[in-house]
Amino acid sequence: MSDYKTGYPEYMQESLKLVADSRAARFGKDFIPMTPEQRQQILEKFHPDWKPAGKRTLAIGPSKGMIVPHEVADILESHPMVKPKEIDLSNVDYDVDVLIIGAGGAGMSAGLLANENGVPADKILMVQKLRLGDANSKMAQGGIQAADKSDDSPSMHYLDIIGGGHYANKPDLVEAMVRDAPDVIRWHEELGVMYDKLADGTMMEIAGGGTSRRRMHSCKDYTGLELTRVVLDEFINRGIGYVEFTCAVDLLMDDKDQVAGAVLYDLDSEEYKIVRAKSTILATGGFGRLHIQGFATTNHYGATGDGIVMAYRTGALLRDLDSTQYHPTGAAYPEQIVGQLATEKLRGRGAQPVNKNGELFVYHLEPRDIESSSYIRECYERENGIITPTGMRAVWLDTPQIEAVNGAGTIEREFAAMFRTFNKFGVDIRKEPMAVFPTLHYQNGGVEINVKTETNVPGLFCAGEVCGGVHGKNRLMGNSQLDIYVFGRRAGKAAAERAKTATVGKLTLAHLDRYDRWLDEAGIKTDRKAPLLLPEYRGQKTLEHKLKLL
Amino acid sequence: MTENGNNMVTIYVMGKKQSVPADLTIMKAMEYVGHQFRRGAGCRGGFCGACATVYRKKGSYKLQGALACQKIVEDGMIIAQIPFSPQEKKTYKVNELKAEASTFLEYYPEIARCLACNTCTKACPQDIMVMDYVQAALRGDIAQAAKLSFDCLGCGLCAMRCPAEIVPYNIGQLARRLESKYVEGPTEHVLKRCEEIKEGKYDADIEELKKMDKPALQQKYNTREMKIK
Repeated sequence: MSDYKTGYPEYMQESLKLVADSRAARFGKDFIPMTPEQRQQILEKFHPDWKPAGKRTLAIGPSKGMIVPHEVADILESHPMVKPKEIDLSNVDYDVDVLIIGAGGAGMSAGLLANENGVPADKILMVQKLRLGDANSKMAQGGIQAADKSDDSPSMHYLDIIGGGHYANKPDLVEAMVRDAPDVIRWHEELGVMYDKLADGTMMEIAGGGTSRRRMHSCKDYTGLELTRVVLDEFINRGIGYVEFTCAVDLLMDDKDQVAGAVLYDLDSEEYKIVRAKSTILATGGFGRLHIQGFATTNHYGATGDGIVMAYRTGALLRDLDSTQYHPTGAAYPEQIVGQLATEKLRGRGAQPVNKNGELFVYHLEPRDIESSSYIRECYERENGIITPTGMRAVWLDTPQIEAVNGAGTIEREFAAMFRTFNKFGVDIRKEPMAVFPTLHYQNGGVEINVKTETNVPGLFCAGEVCGGVHGKNRLMGNSQLDIYVFGRRAGKAAAERAKTATVGKLTLAHLDRYDRWLDEAGIKTDRKAPLLLPEYRGQKTLEHKLKLL
Repeated sequence: MTENGNNMVTIYVMGKKQSVPADLTIMKAMEYVGHQFRRGAGCRGGFCGACATVYRKKGSYKLQGALACQKIVEDGMIIAQIPFSPQEKKTYKVNELKAEASTFLEYYPEIARCLACNTCTKACPQDIMVMDYVQAALRGDIAQAAKLSFDCLGCGLCAMRCPAEIVPYNIGQLARRLESKYVEGPTEHVLKRCEEIKEGKYDADIEELKKMDKPALQQKYNTREMKIK
């Protein structure tokens, strides 16, 4: 890249020059953080969650009356994929103690802990829609929070979480997070996770948006990759059962109104299979691929919100699904990577958000919903954004400032993934800023659980992004990587505990007939089916001529 | 050639000729012509290695590797996906390993067959010095093997190209776990904090916060001391 000049088109050069020229003057300067009143105002005016047109009231089910995005209501107000009368429940393909649906960090750690708490490896089954370990868990870049330094404490972590979540969090779950956090880090190191360290052997920890201390642990900007692959390696070492490319399409219940396994769909053979289980753990992640309000997303291909659909049909309560997280810094250019994540760690290490004139306009580490709202305001109200060749509005994230603050070589060393991706598409982030705009990142709400990850339906446990209550109405950076291991481990333990005494009655899919009745009674006439399993990105021409002949 | 205002290029998806917009990634180009991925797509952002792809360009004998989500199509590209590479990951009890060269040889003796041909490195879509980390493992330099392999996504392209039939990413994974667990060891302040929590040092603080009503919590949150510099 020695002949590198610019990764941006000619018409953007004037703005880029203003950014470069103002860099030295901005060095060491922070924009003033907003007051609580200013924060509330900007949320109400600019955050996508506050647009009433984007939502409707859920018409059926145990959380009827809850206001959710249309895209979420659409999958919840859908018919099951399978018809109960077409499924033979007398032939059980897998008979296990613990069924885990989803193979991200929550699911895999649940498997390990179930095993350590007395469930033999061959009495655990993990089913995964795609490959083992393929999940949003793997895509996390910036880090994982844990209050383990002398100037920090679990109670400060608690306060940051609950304030960041607008006091809507479930206090017991927040307590579980902050109490377990240091032990999660300890556990990771015991398994062999390579966390970034300082020369003195202590953890390298940085701040994230809305954190009052530096408590973000990282593994370069491949934190999720490193955590996931170590836990996956251990999962395979234990010989725990798993099936890949196999989706759960609905949960099974028994005649005692307990969840008792699932109906699976093999993506290769397209046949269904029946798994009977004493404990079932949903660890299916979130709904990023529903593209709420048309937003691009950072999420994994499989993030289609399957878990909330399956849980809801068994009668599980949902909460906080009115709230969606838009990560402030999604890539806005080049076109090939629009929506993909530019880690918050960039701002944690000195990258400054600036407008088209190279001016600071927001404190760089506001909580995510506030930070995102301010980027939207800068682009759409103040018209101080840049416009990409495809017409997208964006602000600059001035990454070269990272090396001005921390020295040359910092970006390649600490941001290997970011540097690599932008380089592949022609932008050297050491030399030029990134164009960014908020991108759909995280499902803040979900299935309601208690500290043992139990839902209100016996036999059903949930862990990770599929759950609500942990993060209230807004999650802070580094708390989802923490969440999946805190509640994944708790789910494994609790599911194992239950499996010791639980017995499964006669299997039934009557709850699916009941669900169809609810749709009827609410006057919902639709041919929508859910869970979606995979998003639809095929070209228009193909879809218009599609036949299902084979 | 243009279509609907797009510059188009010709690619061959597993031999089938297709016309696609020139600025698409291989992954989006395949979707454009009607593929719905079941295998061969994952994070779509260069973090998971599910979309390993090989291709040749018109007029070139070279077989090249890429991640489908991270590579823009080029005119004349002949594409095949390799979303799965057969390999056996050896299982081990991590608490019983020794941090030395013999551990690699015990589980993966084939690394001694490394020809130092560097084909693995050339195949890597992450531009990792694959051969160098395999060689580092062979001589017992765990730190180096761990460091050099760190950005590996486990896509499998190196393993599919290795004439000695080594599966490099398994070696890298073993090296990194050894490095963290045995060479670096646990972090003192993390262990200390775990003990403090167990002993109940923070119980009263947390209990107090849990009992607070919203205005009191707001007051405490809005006036909390920020120590992040």
